[in-house]
Amino acid sequence: MSALSYIFAGAFVAATILLVFGLARKIVQYARTPAPLKIPTTPAPTTTSGVVVRMASEVVLFNSLFKSNKWIWIFGWMFHFSLLLAFFRHLRYIVPPESFLWPLVSMQIVQAAGKYAGLAMLIGLAGLFVRRIVVDRVRYISSPSDYLMLILIFSIAATGVLMSFYARDVDIVQLKAFALGLLYFDWQPLPESGLLITHLALVLILMVIFPISKLLHAPGVFFSPTRNQVDNPREKRHLAPWAAKLEEGNG
Amino acid sequence: MADFETPEIKEYPVIPHIKLGVMSHSKPFLSKEEFQEPLGYPGELVDDWQEKAYAKMEELLGKYRSFRVYLDSCVKCGACTDKCHYYLGTEDANNMPVARQDLLRRVYRRKFTFAGKYFPKLVGAVDLTKEVLEEWYSYFHQCSQCRRCSVYCPYGIDTAEISMAAREIMDSIGMGQKYCNEIIGKVFKIGNNLGLPEPALADTLEGLEEEVEDDTGVPVKFPLDQKGADILLVTPSADFFAEPHVDGLIGYAKVFHQAGLSWTLSSHASEAANFGMFIGSYENMRRISVRIREAAEELGVKRIVFGECGHAWRVAYSFLNTLAGPFDFLDPNYPVPQHICEVTYDLIQRGVIKFDKSENDHMTLTYHDSCNVARASRMGDEPGGQFRIPREIIKACCNNFVDMPSDTIGEATFCCGGGGGLLTDDLMEIRVKGALPRMQALKHVVENHGVTHMAAICAICKSQFTKVIPYYGFTMDQIVSVHQLVSEAIILDGADTDDDGDSGDEE
Ligand code: SF4
Ligand code: SF4
Repeated sequence: MSALSYIFAGAFVAATILLVFGLARKIVQYARTPAPLKIPTTPAPTTTSGVVVRMASEVVLFNSLFKSNKWIWIFGWMFHFSLLLAFFRHLRYIVPPESFLWPLVSMQIVQAAGKYAGLAMLIGLAGLFVRRIVVDRVRYISSPSDYLMLILIFSIAATGVLMSFYARDVDIVQLKAFALGLLYFDWQPLPESGLLITHLALVLILMVIFPISKLLHAPGVFFSPTRNQVDNPREKRHLAPWAAKLEEGNG
Repeated sequence: MADFETPEIKEYPVIPHIKLGVMSHSKPFLSKEEFQEPLGYPGELVDDWQEKAYAKMEELLGKYRSFRVYLDSCVKCGACTDKCHYYLGTEDANNMPVARQDLLRRVYRRKFTFAGKYFPKLVGAVDLTKEVLEEWYSYFHQCSQCRRCSVYCPYGIDTAEISMAAREIMDSIGMGQKYCNEIIGKVFKIGNNLGLPEPALADTLEGLEEEVEDDTGVPVKFPLDQKGADILLVTPSADFFAEPHVDGLIGYAKVFHQAGLSWTLSSHASEAANFGMFIGSYENMRRISVRIREAAEELGVKRIVFGECGHAWRVAYSFLNTLAGPFDFLDPNYPVPQHICEVTYDLIQRGVIKFDKSENDHMTLTYHDSCNVARASRMGDEPGGQFRIPREIIKACCNNFVDMPSDTIGEATFCCGGGGGLLTDDLMEIRVKGALPRMQALKHVVENHGVTHMAAICAICKSQFTKVIPYYGFTMDQIVSVHQLVSEAIILDGADTDDDGDSGDEE
């Protein structure tokens, strides 16, 4: 096994640990921080099931964004939905053929959708990038990191697309062996392909910066009090632990 | 005269190009020691203000999930950039909601995140310098906490939460805003925002009784501190004398009278407003709210009803149970608290009160949804009742009603420009400019649908509009209270009738 294979295998383990622990830390932090007041943006659902529907429409359809700005919505949604399809396509590398999931993952439609989603992802990201540069308001609020983030994900998608459409010489069987090897701690060599190595290196960067960047919007949206609270303050008294202490303190 | 230009109402609303720093001079008067101290804040900027501010920020990060999650989650998508009336009216880049948040987020990143600590340039992180603090003071007092941006953000990021936190941080280091803090002090000391003491209040109410009896021949009462009354009415103190607020108060009294409901005002809680919210102070908001509970207990009432006020209704509807509850000593058959519109609407539905709509025929009405009612509370049992119920009331007592364009009402409503603790003369420029989108929508219905008057259910909106609409070529008296319309049209038993049968034309 080449030194590069070892480096990548080690890096993947390290990046996974950083990603999982980093995200878990943030999620625990969000969950532990109380929301002392009822602040749903109204009109808001008056039941928990209503909140589930509201949240689902935000997460799946980007409902608020749709109300707000059709351009950002179309590019943003295209990118995120493609990301999901591409994710499904990538499952074939970590799902063993014996698994009950395999028939699903290996379906022609899943694989094809994931492949073409790569193209849609590029269009979505390019749209967002152009907006960031062209619209003066968005340019003003952008930091270097905002551009770099788009460039990073664009590059990941682009190398992925190149591999599935043009340079189709990556040894997929060996790649799967490498991926499963990571899962089972039985490290296997990485196929030698410049595109693949670039693709994976960029993914590693993305994994590491996920918990320390604006990508935290992914867990964040679920914890947003304006979206996840039930509108029932008159019916049910809502009291944060620190506020309850205040009451004990001075009546 | 004003030393600024009133923005021009264009034919169609336009999203302006950004301008840098054109409103950075706008700052409210600083609070002095005498106003800071009663609220528990230092009287002037403390020596180690930077460290104290960081410490306060850390405390708030641990106390408010909204603050913590919103500082992390913004992706700078730009969806909110054209949603703030202050941006649309001033074109100042820092009045874009995300830019306003970023004034604080930059400091948060620098101090509390890995990326900001080690790569500040990359993520736009900065230390809290004196210049940054000055920017905070300026631009966090150009946010009316109207939550319009929150409606459109894909993560519901509410800039109001950020500006409340910013104001709380500034208060804690001795950089408070005079207007809000002085008023809160008056509430603690005297009982209401205006500093109207009990005898003056009693006098005013007596005067109103005479006025209504002269007018209608019906002895409509305005009871004060009446023990054993069923309903405690808590209303903004502007209702006691300001125009058109007071006509609304007369409307509530007529409704109670005609429905035979026993009610009272309280001199202890003679104020519905709660400016504790504007300065983001849970403690002060709680202290103000507790007065209402005390008044209810002392007077032995069964229900609490709030008069027409936007942010007061938010604090009442969304927070009162939290801050001063539980209200299990009140009649469980009624929600606590209720909005006067809920009471009136219910009476209309049950046929208890009736109207002679023709009394309002000289007007064509439109209705301004106040932000705090629209986006931070509810009326009735159904989501959206806060839009439906006031309109139903207006339609029940007026023949002519037209809504403004749909992207300027309901949850998309534009702030009057004077909410969130900005209703002070030292902020006149931002108030006038911030009213632009609402004025645009009003002008549209005035020109296309013959609208003559705009009704509102918020004391701040009414005061703000009467003051700023002359800048846009309208007149003060075009702003009316919803219960003023009720008052004009309600049929009171035993009232003098017009002998000639021709209503509304006599001198
Ligand atoms: S809360 Fe209202 S005033 Fe404040 S930034 Fe958002 S839209 Fe503007
Ligand atoms: S809409 Fe929300 S996520 Fe987008 S820039 Fe504004 S605050 Fe940030």
